[in-house]
Amino acid sequence: MKKIVGYASAWSVLPGDTLSIMVSTYGPKRYRADLVRVICGDDEPDRGIYREEEIAAPFNGEYPGRTQPTVAGSYLIVPDVPAITAPGSFTVQAWIFPTTPDRGEQGLIANWSGETASGFALLIDETGALAMRLGDGNGGVADVSTGRPLAVRRWHLVAAAYDAATKEVRVSQEPLETPLEVSSAASVTRTLAFDAAANNSAPLVMAALPAEHPAGGPGARNHFNGKIDRPRLTGRALSRAEITALAWDAMPHERDTSVIAAWDFARDIGGTRISDVGPNGAHGRAVNLPSRAVKGFNWSGAEQNWRHAPHEYGAIHFHDDDHYDVGWQADFDYVVPENLRSGVYAARLRAEDDEWYVTFFVRPPRGTATAKLAFLASTATYMAYSNYHWQLHERYAEVTESFWTTLDKGDVFLQEHSEFGLSTYDTHSDGSGVRYASRLRPVLNMAPKTPLWSFNPDTHILGWLEEKGIAYDVITDEDLHHEGVGLLEPYTAVITGTHPEYYTTPMWDGLRAYLARAGRLVYLGGNGFIWRCAFSSEMPGVLELRRAEDGIRYRDEEPGEYYLEFTGEYGGLWRRLGMAPQALVGVGTVAVGFDVSGHYRRKEASFDPRASFIFEGIGDDELIGDFGILGGGASGSEIDAANPMLGTPAHALVVASSEGHSANTYLVPDETGFHHCAMDGVQNPGIRADMTFFETSCGGAVFSVGSIAWGASLPHNGYDNNVARLSENVVRRFLDPAPFTMPE
Amino acid sequence: MYAIDASRTDLVEEFRQNPGGPYSPELTLVVNRLRLGPMEERYILVCTKRGREWMVAKMPTVRGAKLELFEDRVFDDYYAAAWEVFRMRWEAVTGQAIR
Repeated sequence: MKKIVGYASAWSVLPGDTLSIMVSTYGPKRYRADLVRVICGDDEPDRGIYREEEIAAPFNGEYPGRTQPTVAGSYLIVPDVPAITAPGSFTVQAWIFPTTPDRGEQGLIANWSGETASGFALLIDETGALAMRLGDGNGGVADVSTGRPLAVRRWHLVAAAYDAATKEVRVSQEPLETPLEVSSAASVTRTLAFDAAANNSAPLVMAALPAEHPAGGPGARNHFNGKIDRPRLTGRALSRAEITALAWDAMPHERDTSVIAAWDFARDIGGTRISDVGPNGAHGRAVNLPSRAVKGFNWSGAEQNWRHAPHEYGAIHFHDDDHYDVGWQADFDYVVPENLRSGVYAARLRAEDDEWYVTFFVRPPRGTATAKLAFLASTATYMAYSNYHWQLHERYAEVTESFWTTLDKGDVFLQEHSEFGLSTYDTHSDGSGVRYASRLRPVLNMAPKTPLWSFNPDTHILGWLEEKGIAYDVITDEDLHHEGVGLLEPYTAVITGTHPEYYTTPMWDGLRAYLARAGRLVYLGGNGFIWRCAFSSEMPGVLELRRAEDGIRYRDEEPGEYYLEFTGEYGGLWRRLGMAPQALVGVGTVAVGFDVSGHYRRKEASFDPRASFIFEGIGDDELIGDFGILGGGASGSEIDAANPMLGTPAHALVVASSEGHSANTYLVPDETGFHHCAMDGVQNPGIRADMTFFETSCGGAVFSVGSIAWGASLPHNGYDNNVARLSENVVRRFLDPAPFTMPE
Repeated sequence: MYAIDASRTDLVEEFRQNPGGPYSPELTLVVNRLRLGPMEERYILVCTKRGREWMVAKMPTVRGAKLELFEDRVFDDYYAAAWEVFRMRWEAVTGQAIR
């Protein structure tokens, strides 16, 4: 169905930056590219609100189409393997924790040349047992298998020792603990009919077998699902006792002078490097972001934070569907002109009857503002949801959302192209949670003309701003992360999208500092400021998330792995970190429900003179937002309420609250200590959105609607409705520099 | 798992008349049961033209394999498509065809 997709080298660009656009077609031999400015991306034909503007650009034109290959799966590569000296005996060993040993041949540690069939490969064979493949490059090849399947999700010490004098190879697997389980221990000894050639000019690969990447250059296949800890290579055939001693020894080169290489994955957590602590410095790198800061074979549980006991976190968890940078070749570049208006743009690609929008965000020139209002694009949230597969894999998705699974063409494409990776809402094919999401790949749900979740509903707000002639600059979460409060200070007011859910610590600090310095925030969304996430200082374009403790988390985070790899911070909800969103914007998430949305009713506080500007032109008894694209109302999807216990300022005014929620709207897990029969929107008084306003001490202010569905009510009746009116009242007052004053 | 009483064709008729809901408590149990089957081989919808066209499809048995598309079951009304999915799942679960 989808015949063309692409991605850009960056999501946020400044005038003068060069942006590369990478494209792949599936069938078409030609395609057309044009630059467009995205105004409203909702293309539901009966609504008639879709808007884009074609912009002249040097790259506009026709291009040849081609399919660019993409391979998912993480692995390690050590380019320069130290030589195993004569006579050529050696031992290879590691701790492994296989999660899918029954899923075909999976490489563990391989120094193997497929071309010459020489070298060795320690692997899991087709029966799920440990095996050692050896080849002499002259037709002599042997696979020596223990014949006993490895136990799923259990640590095993695996080893193969080859004695060149006797041509004997012993392959062994020993589970770490077996008192309560049937043992998966097994070993086999075989005499080869040839001399194994351990010397090999090929790189050493771990967690996969080496292969050529379809686009050329080194790659991998037969990816391993599971963890590897303490791989070692020794230049003689070790006994079982020596293998065991080496496996437990954190400083192996001190123990045995015949150690050739010993990799310590506890070093370099947070980066791609793997360090060899042996004598030869055979360092390597991780490809496609396997998970680090994960429990090793020796995790005792005494520490939960990898930074306090890194030696107990010396494993790496590999997945056959890990991704980072798909590494496509650029089809064309675009130098962003100095005078290009700040906004949301896309390279619109058209091939036969299909089209795709490679979407990106153009900022004003660095250090300037070309409007008084900044639209803060939720790129961290877009990344967290990128290539969301939940509705494709999750049995409970339909009862959660009260719908019949309805996929669009992008979903169908993702179903058939697992190499484009997953979102942080998904589980890997081995059942473990996804922690990393990259934008260096086609992201099928960050574009106009896609379903109304994540990016596209935010364009309802942009369409409304343009309809009302309110000028805005576009800046992004990643910019706020890197530049802090200095990014926001030139703006009189900042407006959010519908769903600014994911925040790094620097983003949070920057926004809070802005509010403390007279900034004004218009939060026209819901479920905002919820999860702490992290960006990497070494690897651009990837977001990390650890879903610690509770919240609407989709799956449990692994115990002992609640601390982020990239920053060492504790992950999870900002609420659980002692900084609930109520303390920042007055409201925080209480409930979710996707079938029916409610409307708002004015409360007594709405008649306070401090709030009169909000309700200009709106009647005293007028229901606000009893219409809208999402659920037929302005209060819905995910909704937030005030809570002084969690930090809603004491002087904040809750000027309206919602009602009319459905029986399929439920409290979020963090709002209730136990399940009960009144957790739904019909019965529970806590299920509501609170429209909240408060002033800050330097003359600024914050206005929150506490609802994702609010933005989708803006276009109703040609943008002529009380949701649009109220929002405009707030924005225009917030753009007036006259200071707000704190009440006595 | 809730066991659907296949003789309750009155609930089928309620859905047919009002596919968008809200549903009666008994129909809610039926709809939830039909939504709780395994993902493997589940009948679903694909929106082939935004707001204009929906096609019935079937999820594969193995994660990542292709969907089976039913090119002869295409609808220009979403609720007609939803009714078809309800009907096909009812038949798969109860063994009873609905005309």
